[in-house]
Amino acid sequence: MTELSGWGRYPRHETELISAGTPAAIPSLLAERTGLIARGRGRAYGDAAIGDQTTLGSCQLNRMRSFDPVSGRLTVEAGVQLADILAVFVPRGFFPPVVPGTKFVTVGGMIAADVHGKNHHRVGGFGNHVEEMTLALPSGETVVCSRSRNTELFEATVGGMGLTGVIVEATFCLRPIETGWMRQHTVVAGNLDEAISALSASASASYSVAWIDCLALGPSLGRSLIYAAEHASVRHVESLRPGAELFPSSRRGRVSVPIDLPPFALGRVSVSAFNELYFRAGVITSGYPFLVPWDPYFFPLDGIGDWNRIYGRRGFVQYQCVIPISAARSTLGEILERITRVGTGSFLAVLKQLGPSSGLLSFPREGYTLALDLPVSRDVLQLLNELDEIVVAAGGRLYLAKDARQSPETFMAGYPHLARFQDLRRALGADGHLVSKLSARLNI
Amino acid sequence: MQVQKSVLIVGGTSDIGRATALAYAQAGWRVLLAARNEDAARRNADDIAIRAEGNVSVHLLDILETTGFSAFVDSLPVLPDTVVCVVGELGDQAQAQVDLSHATLVLRTNFEGPALLLGLFAERFAARGSGTLVGVSSVAGDRGRASNYVYGSAKAGFTAFLSGLRNRLAPAGIKVVTTKPGFVRTRMTAGMKLPLVLTAEPDEVARAIIAAAELKGRDVVYVRGIWWMVMTIICGIPERIFKRLRI
Repeated sequence: MTELSGWGRYPRHETELISAGTPAAIPSLLAERTGLIARGRGRAYGDAAIGDQTTLGSCQLNRMRSFDPVSGRLTVEAGVQLADILAVFVPRGFFPPVVPGTKFVTVGGMIAADVHGKNHHRVGGFGNHVEEMTLALPSGETVVCSRSRNTELFEATVGGMGLTGVIVEATFCLRPIETGWMRQHTVVAGNLDEAISALSASASASYSVAWIDCLALGPSLGRSLIYAAEHASVRHVESLRPGAELFPSSRRGRVSVPIDLPPFALGRVSVSAFNELYFRAGVITSGYPFLVPWDPYFFPLDGIGDWNRIYGRRGFVQYQCVIPISAARSTLGEILERITRVGTGSFLAVLKQLGPSSGLLSFPREGYTLALDLPVSRDVLQLLNELDEIVVAAGGRLYLAKDARQSPETFMAGYPHLARFQDLRRALGADGHLVSKLSARLNI
Repeated sequence: MQVQKSVLIVGGTSDIGRATALAYAQAGWRVLLAARNEDAARRNADDIAIRAEGNVSVHLLDILETTGFSAFVDSLPVLPDTVVCVVGELGDQAQAQVDLSHATLVLRTNFEGPALLLGLFAERFAARGSGTLVGVSSVAGDRGRASNYVYGSAKAGFTAFLSGLRNRLAPAGIKVVTTKPGFVRTRMTAGMKLPLVLTAEPDEVARAIIAAAELKGRDVVYVRGIWWMVMTIICGIPERIFKRLRI
């Protein structure tokens, strides 16, 4: 037995940990066990990738299977890391259609969580771009599904948190880029209303995201910096940074957090000071476009190894909800205010506009999503229960890949296709067979 | 135009073999993967070809079928510039003590097969007047220990064989490199508790092999320098004390 946790290091569970050496080995591993779930790099924050009894590590399924440089079509095994795809293909002028906030995730995990990027409002989630996948079912059968083949299985597997089968391989298209630079525009928003307006105004940008200073209070509640960006063309690089390499290399994590920090490290004063500096730096660069390499633009926290340790041994939870557009301003304002009042500060919160949903259990839906980190404590968990009520009342929902604590009731209220998903699971024999700590907790 | 160099990786489905093949391919080499299991080798070959935009082919070889070695070498599309043999079988020491067929498997896989194959390439290289041979041996071959002496003695034989080959062929300009990786995080060691500072990643071994064979021209390489120190100490302990130790 091994103790596993998600990226938030809360909760921790004992589980049998096994590993699939080859795709061909999966069906028999699946047939011999129940209460199993696949796990990639363990970047889901809570208990989504911890098996109820057994956890199937997929990191050895890390071979790229085929690539067509004309169409950009790439087929990989599910355990291939996004970081590998970026390292191999960015220098050749290709970029994944959707990337989440860290590159240390597997393709299987990106599909299972239907991850969204800073371009969700334009292109949808990662699942939207998957053309085909190979799935090992609990029955021992291996099937191919796509939007035209085994359609329902496909729709349930995108965002299905690994509960329909073990993803073995997937095919999707990389998009061409001229350079590895991002042409970024920073907009300063003095409060939440301005931030939402600015996001909505920058909806034509390929990528956009707002970083909220959680500790700004009162009239500046929701004070934020909005980063909108496009992949820079060769012409942009030549004019804004003459002589620069067109494809700046991916950096290695330069610093890392070597130990669990003590609780006072995230005190109000230190976090405020950090945020003030961060915000001022943003204000200085606002207004005119400048170039940033793709790596720090998309994955700012990947530069700090093991950053989850700053929350100490007790771990942290990430609270990420999406609120429909009509209710977004008032509801997000209320949530932010409740959190800032407690002052157990997240450094920053992230606000994003989302487009329509795709998979049956996919998190994204049209609206605005807010994500913030909070250290685990009884008070915080109590606060989040109260926030859940606000989210449910507004017709919103929580992201399963981040979740470690919501109730089955909150979950059910937010995911209208749950019954269809459960029916499919019964039909597949996945019910009771593919079980994560998350699915057991939420009665999926 | 410069002719593309070629490398044969014997043991192309192992983790070290895969990492080494990828490192050579990324350096612009043509890669020939030799392995027993065609599907597994093909899986690695495709992956390497995509990652390195390289030319990778698969060639079937069973390291225990020594009678087929000559035909195997003849069947290759080119006589490679470099041959790297990463074949290894840790086996189970306890089983090897009582089960002769298991002990034979460990001895033949770690010594007989690799030595005969590299010996054969040595002849071809000598006839051509150029070539590099890399054998992945083991620190376990530096001194026999209770916990793994069947494996260790086979590796010791392999180390001695490479040493002799190097001694004989150095005047002819044939390079022979012995690599001793120490612990490596691979499928072979999966589930073992390995000390962090003594444990290398497969791509670290791959880089060490290329550095020794193609860049620096070293003869005997411990992938992590600390292993040289550890093994020097272990080899320095007098036998009458050593025989009572459990290390």
